[in-house]
Amino acid sequence: MYVAVKGGERAIENAHAWLAEERRGDTSVEELSIAQIREQLKLAVNRVMAEGSLYDPDLAALAIKQARGDLIEAIFLIRAYRTTLPRFGSSNPIETSEMDCERRISATFKDLPGGQVLGPTFDYTHRLLDFKLAADGETIEVPERDAVPETVPHVTEFLNKEGLIQDEAASEDTPPDLTREPLELPADRALRLQSLARADEGFTLGMAYSTQRGYGRTHAFVGELRIGAVSVEMDIPELGFAIDLGEITVTECETVNQFTGSKTEPPQFTRGYGLVFGQSERKSISMSLVDRALRWEELGEDNVGAPAQDAEFVLYHGDNIQATGFLEHIKLPHYVDFQSELELIRKLRREAMERAVPEAAE
Amino acid sequence: MEALELTGGFFDPAPEAARAFRQIMTVMAKPGTILDLDQAEAPAPVSKAAATLLLTLCDPDTGIYLAGDADTDAVRNWINFHIGAPLVSAATCDFAVGTWEALAPLSQFKIGTSEYPDRSASLIVESDVLENQGAVLQGPGIKDRAALSLPETAAFQANQMLFPLGLDFYFTQGSRVAALPRTTEVR
Amino acid sequence: MSDYNFAYLDEQTKRMIRRAILKGLAIPGYQVPFASREMPMPYGWGTGGVQVSAATLTPEDTLKVIDQGADDTTNAVSIRKFFEKTAEVGTTTETSAATVIQTRHRIPEEDLSEDQILVYQVPIPEPLRFLEPRETETRKMHALEEYGLMHVKLYEDIAKHGHIATSYAYPVKVEDRYVMDPSPIPKFDNPKMEMSAIQLFGAGREQRIYALPPYTKVVSLDFEDHPFDPSKAPHACALCGAEDSYLDEVITDDKGGRMFVCSDTDYCEKRRAEGHTGDLTKETAA
Repeated sequence: MYVAVKGGERAIENAHAWLAEERRGDTSVEELSIAQIREQLKLAVNRVMAEGSLYDPDLAALAIKQARGDLIEAIFLIRAYRTTLPRFGSSNPIETSEMDCERRISATFKDLPGGQVLGPTFDYTHRLLDFKLAADGETIEVPERDAVPETVPHVTEFLNKEGLIQDEAASEDTPPDLTREPLELPADRALRLQSLARADEGFTLGMAYSTQRGYGRTHAFVGELRIGAVSVEMDIPELGFAIDLGEITVTECETVNQFTGSKTEPPQFTRGYGLVFGQSERKSISMSLVDRALRWEELGEDNVGAPAQDAEFVLYHGDNIQATGFLEHIKLPHYVDFQSELELIRKLRREAMERAVPEAAE
Repeated sequence: MEALELTGGFFDPAPEAARAFRQIMTVMAKPGTILDLDQAEAPAPVSKAAATLLLTLCDPDTGIYLAGDADTDAVRNWINFHIGAPLVSAATCDFAVGTWEALAPLSQFKIGTSEYPDRSASLIVESDVLENQGAVLQGPGIKDRAALSLPETAAFQANQMLFPLGLDFYFTQGSRVAALPRTTEVR
Repeated sequence: MSDYNFAYLDEQTKRMIRRAILKGLAIPGYQVPFASREMPMPYGWGTGGVQVSAATLTPEDTLKVIDQGADDTTNAVSIRKFFEKTAEVGTTTETSAATVIQTRHRIPEEDLSEDQILVYQVPIPEPLRFLEPRETETRKMHALEEYGLMHVKLYEDIAKHGHIATSYAYPVKVEDRYVMDPSPIPKFDNPKMEMSAIQLFGAGREQRIYALPPYTKVVSLDFEDHPFDPSKAPHACALCGAEDSYLDEVITDDKGGRMFVCSDTDYCEKRRAEGHTGDLTKETAA
């Protein structure tokens, strides 16, 4: 006899137990530690911190371990944790001009004050599998170099001094926060940048790439890409001064883009901006390109209908946690709706057949 | 600061706020219904019901306007200590507290915009009388009709004509509350 | 879960959601924007409903969670367990014993009472979204009460198929003002929306809350010559014999065998306990 499906609760418990077993894998292989993930899978940790909007390498490493290396799942774990944290206040804006740079390059000048510092980059590595890494006990010898100057000036400031690049007006306004207020359009640039900083790396890359291929081209040069540690400070009203909360590593990209100008205003280069937690070059460059494409209106450019110019499209579809949730929800039971579709299509077909039979008889 | 300004908040915030909200939601969903609401206590002349409304619904994200006699140092301190809401003008407030006379004219409050009719003020009207008699109410939340002692009818009729824009009202008396949203027809 | 607040959300978040619920009740059918939080379950899996329930539940409540009308579907089980852990509320599968019912895709068959609250999980709250993908445009359309596009779409269905080809998430008009998405319930459930209970709708990913107070006028869109038809499968439940309930079609073998049973499992069980039988249970009894 038919018995309605029961046992959802037991099925869930069993599935979770199986998941835990799969996560661990072969127990004869040593278990990964959080420290190993944090130190040796640093770029994965960086991505989870950036898109999870929470700077905590240990928690990001834990999330990666728990998510079995599925970075979007790890980002989700971080986001869900982050949202429960109480908010004590906001920091002062970080000063990237004070950054202790470990990498700093400019594509627009051959050499410049502060120098081109390649830092720890994949650039110019030949992408050949290194089988030595498969063997245990690798040893690394690193040549030492002189320390770079403590602070390195921003490249775009050189252009700014000559008035060659559009000046970005400073603002004392508190930027909006899409984690605390519902997204509302039109979104100002601060809100767009916040959204892009959290957006999926793959989505942002695809959008940026589309602008390079002509869908809203902005002729971007990497004016400067810098990676390094900056200190985070917070004003404590009771103390009357700011205290140092610690350091975070960020990647900042400023692009120099095609110029604008009119009969009344001389031509000037324009800018795109990207700032991401950790060493996240691909993401920060992509972010700069998309930021610049989204600025078409304020810079008096034409909307050519490119996807990357469409703020509503970009902002509503860049969040991988929203996207993956909704995408994957279609595997949940939908049999009630499907049943109503079945009934409807049967009825429409029945009527269509009934209409067809007398016509055929004529 | 007086002692009372530091007391009168929720004893156990999460469950008490939850219980208070359910009463508030019920009166808003069922215009004319009068329920008890007494989880909080603010300095005079603010009633227990009004204090509970403020404590349940307001925080640093909502501007409060204190009208007339409700605007005392003690009340301001109580709000500052327990709620942290900014005290603002009638024109910009999200919530206003006061007697019907003190809240007038209603035209000073925001009624929302056609795209965002929810961006309107909610008025907490401190009342001497709160009974299920007087004006006849009809509309969403009311099965056939309900009755509520309102200070007048014309203002609420005018407010209802603004729908979907408009103001929403809570009437408080001691530790009791009723509500009248913009959808209710008043006769 | 003692690390987390009662009903998981922090108090400030709950206040924000509660204010949105009250505005929703004051403007029935209007979608109130709210700053939806990331929940420990995926967007699209009921985060809106969960946030609305979390802001609504008191320790004294008895919660029922259904998905597709059933209490035992995996997502319903998962959400029920979440609230058992975080809000320590009592739970039930019995419709009449629940004070708060969170649902996905169904309205219970049994009439709800004035003391009950029905919370819907909503994936896409905007009824016009499939006609106009832009939020900036649909917001204007609601503001101007410009719903011509929807009528054109429904009429095109009739021209093409002879019927309105929408069988679930069938749009309704609330109090002659806002066109509202009833969530993906089958259109069979639409007439039940004029009910005694409070109805709250939560869309987490899309950051919208909307509501219907009891006895609010809710009309399914239609045309004079093509009136709304809340149809269902023309069968009786094989287990309890009910002819008035929404049915699931269950495939029983690979030779075309199938049976129809109530989608509302509590309704079906209750009827069987009262002695009602269907084709299948009669045979077994004999």
